[in-house]
Parts: sequence; C-alpha cells; structure tokens
Amino acid sequence: MNIFRLSNLRSLLAVFAVASFVFVATNVAAKDPIKIGFSMALTGPLAGGGKQALIGMEMWADDINAKGGILGRQVDLVYYDDQTKASNVPTIYAKLLDVDKVDFVVSGYGTNLIAPAMPLVKQRDIVFMGLFGMDNNKKWKHDKYFQVMPSGPDPAVDFSRAWFETIMQLNPKPKSIAFVAADAEFARTLKAGAEVNAKRLGMKVTYNKNFKPGTPDFTPIMRAINATNPDVIYVAAYPGGAQGMTRAVSEVGTKAVAFGGGMVGLQFAGIMKTLGPKLNGILNYDFYVPEPNMNLYPGVVDLLKRYQKIAPAKKVDLKGWYLAPWSYAYLQILGDAVNAVGKIDHAAIAKYIHATEFTTVVGKVRFGKNGEWLKGRVLTVQWQNIKKQGDLEQFAQPGIRKIMAPAAFATGKVQPFNSLR
Amino acid sequence: MFSFELLSNAIVIGILLGGFYAALSIGLSLSFGLLDIVNIAHPAFIILGAFICFIFNSSYGLDPILVGIIFAPAFFLLGTLIYRVYYESFEKTGATALRGLAFFFGVMFIIEVLLIIYFGVDYQGVQAEYIDYKLTFGVVDIPFRMFVPFVVAMIMTLGLQYFSSKTFFGRAMQAVAQDTLALRLMAIDPSKIKRIAFGLSLATCSVAGALFVIVMPIEPSIGRLYIGQVFAIVVLGGLGSQSGTLIAAMLLGMVESLISTFFGPSWAPAVAFSALILVLAIKPTGILGRVGDTRG
Repeated sequence: MNIFRLSNLRSLLAVFAVASFVFVATNVAAKDPIKIGFSMALTGPLAGGGKQALIGMEMWADDINAKGGILGRQVDLVYYDDQTKASNVPTIYAKLLDVDKVDFVVSGYGTNLIAPAMPLVKQRDIVFMGLFGMDNNKKWKHDKYFQVMPSGPDPAVDFSRAWFETIMQLNPKPKSIAFVAADAEFARTLKAGAEVNAKRLGMKVTYNKNFKPGTPDFTPIMRAINATNPDVIYVAAYPGGAQGMTRAVSEVGTKAVAFGGGMVGLQFAGIMKTLGPKLNGILNYDFYVPEPNMNLYPGVVDLLKRYQKIAPAKKVDLKGWYLAPWSYAYLQILGDAVNAVGKIDHAAIAKYIHATEFTTVVGKVRFGKNGEWLKGRVLTVQWQNIKKQGDLEQFAQPGIRKIMAPAAFATGKVQPFNSLR
Repeated sequence: MFSFELLSNAIVIGILLGGFYAALSIGLSLSFGLLDIVNIAHPAFIILGAFICFIFNSSYGLDPILVGIIFAPAFFLLGTLIYRVYYESFEKTGATALRGLAFFFGVMFIIEVLLIIYFGVDYQGVQAEYIDYKLTFGVVDIPFRMFVPFVVAMIMTLGLQYFSSKTFFGRAMQAVAQDTLALRLMAIDPSKIKRIAFGLSLATCSVAGALFVIVMPIEPSIGRLYIGQVFAIVVLGGLGSQSGTLIAAMLLGMVESLISTFFGPSWAPAVAFSALILVLAIKPTGILGRVGDTRG
C-alpha cells in the first residue's frame, strides 16, 4: 500500500480529524461543572430556615470547589425559590432535570416541600438527598433516597421517642397527654408518631386536635387543652403556630408538667430573640445546640463561625444553628459518595451511601434501608435560665438549651415546666 | 367539655379577635366596598405598616401604635398616588374592576419583595410593656396583647363610620358608590373623591399594621393568609357599610373563638365561612348591604 497515494492520505486525514474531535469534546465535557439542582424556600413561612440552609450549601460548594470539586469538576448549585408552596415543587424539579439538565437533585427544606418531588425522583430512579423530611419515603420506598435529619429508622415515631423518655423521668410520671398540631403534613405525621409513643407508655389522651396555619390567637386552644387537665402537652407546629402556642401558654398558664415536643421555629434565632423568657421550661426537639459536648462534631464550630460572618449581610438567621450544619452535611455526603464511586452512576452511588458510615460536620452518619438514619439522634432540650427578651447573645451561652436526651449528650435533668417560669 | 370559664373566655377573646379583624378589613370596606377597587394588596399594605412599626420600635423604642398613627398620613399620600396610577391605567379607559386585580397582584408582590430585601425573611416582633400584661376579672382574663388592638380598632372603625355618614366628604364617598353620573352633574369630580377615599383606605393599613404586629409576629408574606378573610368580612358585612364590616368581623371572631374552644380549631374556618354562605344565601347584599347592590 502506498500511503502517499491521495485517497489513502484523505482517509488518514479523516481518521485524524474524527479522533481529534472526540478527544477535544471529551475533555471539554469532562470540565463542565457538576450541577446540583434543588428548590428552596427563599420566601414564605419556611424561608427563615430555607435561606439559612442555602448558605450552608453555598459554603459546602465553595469548600469542595477549593479542593478541586467532584470528579475533578467544579460544582454549580442550580436552585429556584419554591416560596414554601408544595404546588411549585414538581415543576421546579422537572425544569431542573429536563431543561437545566442537572447531574443531581437534592431536596428543599422540609417535609411539605420534599413530598411533591418524590414521584419524579422515583420515576427517574435517581439519588435524592432529603433535608429535614419527616417520613417522606414511607410510601415511595425509593432505594436512592437519603435523609439527613437524624430521626431514626422509623422517623415519625423515633423523632419524639427521646421526648417521651425525658418526660418519664419526671416525678410523678405523667399519665395523660394532650396533642395539638398544625394542619400540615409534617406536623400531622409527627403527631401520629407521638401518639404511638404515648400509647406504648399507656398514656391517656385528653385532647387531640389540629389548627389551621395562620391562626391569629391560640388562647382558646390553650384554654380548651387546660380544661382537660393533661399532665403533659405535645405541640407539633411550624414557626407561626409554635410562637402562637408559646405566647398562649405564657398568657393563660397551664398545670401541665411538660410542654413542647415538635415545635419548629423555636430554633430560629429571630424567634428565640423575640420570645425570650417565654421559652423557659419548654421541652422541645433540636438537632444542634451550642452546648460544649456538641463541639465534638468535626468542623461544626468553624462552619458556624464562617456562617455567622456572612449572615448579617444576607439578612438571614444570625446564628445558623438549626440548618446550616445539616444542609452542609447532606451535600458533603453526596460529594464524598460521588468521589468515592468515581463516576456519575446513581445506582452505584446509592449502593455506596447505603454501605458507608460518613464522617461529617454533624458527626457520624449511617443510613438504614429506607434512607433514614440507622440510629436516631434527635435531641430533647429544655430551655432554662433565659433572662432577657431581645438579647440574642444569651442563647449562644451553654446552659440555655440543656440537653435532656439522648443520655450520651445530656447536660441537664428535666424539670417541671412551671418550676422554670 | 363545657364550663362557664371556657365559655366566658371564648366570648371575650371572640370579641377582641373580632375587633382585630375589623381593623384589618375596614380599609377594604372603603376601597372594595365603596369604590369597587379589588385591592388584593390590602393585607400586604398592612404588613408594610407592621414592618415600619417594627423598625421604629426595635431601633428607637417607639410604641408601635404611635408609629402607626404617625405614618398614617404617609400611607394616605401613597394611597392617592397608587389610585392615580390605577385610574389612568384602568378606570379612565373603562376597564372592569377585575382587570385592575392584576395591577394589585403586582403591587402585592412588589411590596413583599421589597420587605424581603430590606428586612429578610425571619419572623419579627415588637416589644411594648402592655403586650405581656393581662387583666383578670374572676375567671375571665383579658390579655392586653388583644385588648389594646381591640380598643384602637374600635376607635378607628367607629371614627371612619362617623366620617362616612356624618361629614360632607364621607357622604360624597357614599355618593360615588351609588351614582357617579349624578355626582358629576353636581360638578363634583368622582375621581378626586375616589382618590382621597383610597388614600384613607391605605391610611387605615398603617394603624392596622401596628395592631397586627402587636397581636402576632410578622414575616413578609404573612399577609397572604388574610386575603380571603378580609374580603369575606367586607362582603359579609355588606359592600360599602362600615358598620356591617364591624358586625361581620365580630361575627367571624366570635364563631372562630367558640368553635376553636368547644369543637376544635380545625373546624373554625369551615364554620366561619359556612356562616358567610348562609348569611349571603338569606341576604345576598350582606348584613347591612344596600338593597339592589349585588356587587358581592
């Protein structure tokens, strides 16, 4: 064969051109950023948490990009405001996947905003990290769903388990309970789980009702509860309702020896500052509090210091205790898993996450079969020693939210509600 | 579980809550009831007023009600300006009231976004000595958090009612709603009357905002939860009737409080709006609506 013949030269040139094109295209694609898409409550009732979470996520993106990104590619966060409206979520995720062509999706903040995305992620069979969802996977049983809230394997029940274990340390042991919950998915699910715990302990239910979000005054509800003489009162509510019930119990009073449970919002800096001493005695859930033993989480103190420098300019929660570490962690887990697997393969990534115990800014995290934590770690804290209203810095001191449970983290012993008011 | 203590406290809170609802709705009874302007941004203006009270209360320690009263003239001027735009864009061209709805939707979103940009999204509250105080008469408690807004709301509502019915300008406002042509024939410019009336409507938002932030903490989008309620109260009371709005607000407050206490709070909205439907079925013009006025 004479390679210098024109036809042979043309063939060689064509092969060379195609090979060059493939080489260049592959390298260009390999340098495209990895896009992680999500909706987030940036306006609406849950925006106080959503904006806080977003800062945690942006900090993670900055950190991972500084280390070279995921699979050698920089990370881009692509997100839209769901306005705390469940109806906005499906179209946002459809857009993220089909128009923005993101590589991964993660959830927005909260049960009500995760639920509408579940059908789509299940249909697409993709990894989906959840941020503070209450039992969202119960119906779907999606094997690629992972939830960073430390509820436990049976989230609705495990979430309040520590609260009930705590109240049983009171003397005499409480025998009756009143339930009140907001008419929203998270609160109703939480209340249902708490009812299971109450039944397990043989407690008599004296009151069990829901209220609509936007209720302006909760004193009629508080009086109706008091009329049934419960030993303890379990409240499952979002920020508006949590504040309303806190004010109502402050105005009306109660003979119950424990009050609280699943009150979202009491963990937000602005609400703590507004309510001040009205919080004393409330026994509520939390995930991270500035008690000395919580500083054992690797990196969380520095993370919060960085967050607290950024927060004032962004007009968000000034402390970031409630969500920033967790929103950082759920992306941290995803990033670590993708890097470990070495490619974008949702099945392999999900398998890796199921099989691995991660070390994160919120400590060790291990998921069970349904994507919930293998072992729960919801804290039960009791507010104590709050002296002033309008002073946020007092809440940064240890001894304000004393940890009652789990025992491994405990910094105090539960006291009757009225003894602290 | 029934007891005299529960019943008496439910009635008292129902009355106080009714007064609060009246304060939220009275301005809308002017703009929507009298002027046929579907101002869906009315609750958003109330929240704007609430945030102004918050900023002056947290920065300078000023009482929120005082701030609300001080800023009422500014809200009045804002109202006249907004009406001017609305008139030139819609009323002058003969557009129906519903077409102006889109305009006020836009105004509502602009207000919310501006509040978010300036204040952020967190809940905010005010501090005043009387907020945590309560009076007790036997088994009945009267929390000042609800009582003070009730008193101010009554003064504002009854004052507006007196203004509407006893003053020349108030009667001119009523005339605009009844017969615009007749008003023109009497050499009165209806748009001027409407401009001032709309300004008054917004001025009430400044005071209502102060009462709102005393009753509960606020965040920029919380006004949306009250859109349906304020319109329902205005329609139930009878379009254009301030007295009717007051009665309707009291009725709603009482129903909500009694149902919440004795049957459960989740029933309260259903029963309250069932009462609305029932009243309108019997009297389509509302409680004190004018016969022949079927705008509701």
